[in-house]
Amino acid sequence: MSPSRPPPEPVQVVKQRRDSALRALVAGVPYIQFLGIVFERRGDELTAVLPHDEKLIGNPALPAIHGGVTAAFLETTAIIELSWSLMWEEMEAGRIDATTLDPLHLPKLPKTIDFTVDYLRSGLPRDAYARARVNRSGRRYASVHVEAWQDNRARLFAQATGHFLMPARDG
Amino acid sequence: MDDERKMQVARQFIGAIPHARALEMRLDSLGAGEATISMPYDLRLVGDPRTGVIHGGAVSALMDTCCGAAVMSHADGALATATIDLRIDYMRAATPGQRIVARAVCHHMTRSVAFVRATAHDDDGDLPVATATGAFTVERGRA
Repeated sequence: MSPSRPPPEPVQVVKQRRDSALRALVAGVPYIQFLGIVFERRGDELTAVLPHDEKLIGNPALPAIHGGVTAAFLETTAIIELSWSLMWEEMEAGRIDATTLDPLHLPKLPKTIDFTVDYLRSGLPRDAYARARVNRSGRRYASVHVEAWQDNRARLFAQATGHFLMPARDG
Repeated sequence: MDDERKMQVARQFIGAIPHARALEMRLDSLGAGEATISMPYDLRLVGDPRTGVIHGGAVSALMDTCCGAAVMSHADGALATATIDLRIDYMRAATPGQRIVARAVCHHMTRSVAFVRATAHDDDGDLPVATATGAFTVERGRA
């Protein structure tokens, strides 16, 4: 007789756990709400969306998105991606209960050590998207690369690399 | 143009930037290739709800604006500028409740590129919150 394996979790349970964990992570940061950034999720893949808003403009003559907004959008995407990747395993193993998470009981956020933004073309007055990739995630430090685009995924308007200090872990 | 008039023009210039207005940035001084711009502590800009510390991104926006202003104020007269690259080093968390002041110096300018360094402080004037190094475009209009 083959060893019995536990039945797969119902899809709604899986989705609800992941979505509520992501929501708690993002909702806890006032600055993300201020810029209006939202995160879309496909499995563990996150895409940050920055809907266009007049207050994000830095050059009213062109007009173009403020370089500082672009930097902030990329940095936020990098931090959320890194935190999400740290949470993922714990969450999937059921070691953190995503349904009771609130901003004050989330795992601590990584801290930015340095962040370098490469501006490739001006940010147009329309929605922007970004995805981050954790290139190295050690016990103390992490290196994250992030890319942002608007109309075409292949035509980046900015990219960045940042180093982060990992939150202290228990044990 | 005398200095008072120059400051007035520069203040209007920054006041016309929607994102600078959103962060309530204030031009404190402007000289030949040097600028000081500050912004108040604001709960909307908090990046870590546990500590109330301002998000690094907001500090980036302040530094970027300040670097741009330093480029524009340089005697070599750029008509416009845009960031090519900007690196920010975060030395420590800004103290919650305190104003953040950025100072930028455009220390070298070629026909097409301006090189800028900046620091950001809170009330503790000794240890910077962050430092930045950037390269900016120099738009000179058509010859």
